[in-house]
Amino acid sequence: MPRTPEVKPSILRPGGKAPEFTLHTTPDQTVSLKDFRGRPVVLAFYPADWSPVCADQMGLYAQVMPEFKKFEAEVLGISVDGIWSHLAFSKDRRLNFPLLADFEPKGAVSRAYGVYESRTGESARALFVIDPKGTIRWSFLSPDGVNPGADGILSALEKLE
Amino acid sequence: MAKTYLPPKLTLPVGERDHAEGAPKAPVVLVEYGDYQCPYCGAAYPVVKRVQKELGSELRFVFRNFPITNAHPFAEWAAETAEAAAAQGEFWPMHDFLFENQRLLGDDAPFARAEAKLGLDVARVEREVAQKAYLPRIEEDFLSGVRSGVNGTPTFFIDGVRYDGPAEFEALVAELRRRPGRSR
Repeated sequence: MPRTPEVKPSILRPGGKAPEFTLHTTPDQTVSLKDFRGRPVVLAFYPADWSPVCADQMGLYAQVMPEFKKFEAEVLGISVDGIWSHLAFSKDRRLNFPLLADFEPKGAVSRAYGVYESRTGESARALFVIDPKGTIRWSFLSPDGVNPGADGILSALEKLE
Repeated sequence: MAKTYLPPKLTLPVGERDHAEGAPKAPVVLVEYGDYQCPYCGAAYPVVKRVQKELGSELRFVFRNFPITNAHPFAEWAAETAEAAAAQGEFWPMHDFLFENQRLLGDDAPFARAEAKLGLDVARVEREVAQKAYLPRIEEDFLSGVRSGVNGTPTFFIDGVRYDGPAEFEALVAELRRRPGRSR
């Protein structure tokens, strides 16, 4: 198999406009970033559904949701998994926010945010806090294998106030 | 741009409010955020016991609640039970019993028997659990964990710095001996 050149993702920095997107969350429903204008949005890119830990990144955010809601923030999980995987994963982990399928063309939104790992064909673990006007106010690319938790997101949301 | 990665730090310092085992003036403090129903915490439980034995008076161990109730329907009940036992001076025996009997969660009877054996007022424990008497404390633990970078269970902090290594005996002992928080 030919070796694809490794392209290190270069994550979008705060201050710029968040790239628009529309992605499927169920077979007949899509979610667009612009739907949430007027509210802060947390974008949580993650490598894959079904990581083998119980309180994984998405499960943690579901548990922390009451804190995010204090800022009226919307949380959107994004990975390259397809909608059927997302639906099963979401049900299994009792997630209370949408998971978006960055599936076709694969990883396009992850690439637009500079968080696509071409080596693995997955999104990196990366977080963005977008303000009510659609500007990126905080971004974080997690080191390999480290689940970032929710502390950075909450601090960034606090600073929007 | 690539600054060195620094793990998050404990935002609520260890203090009087905490359940702690080991010498009060021990040079190293290990804090665990855990969930009594989480199988990974169950697996870490004997590891921590071994680590405590290995380090003896060198180590102080603190347990804080981080129940993942979305995934674990009995996690909050278990946390309430341990806190109710704490109110009668028996936190650690109940903490240990819960982890040693994790598979029995969901059936109250064996836990009531354990409470009786510890000499606790079982009716009081049951009343307090039913009233969620210790929920504010459990929520305070949980939120302090969220703000400190707890990213799943168990999450450990050594001298107030999140430990991102495996919950294994050798790795934990090595890191505790290195004392990463010392230079702060």
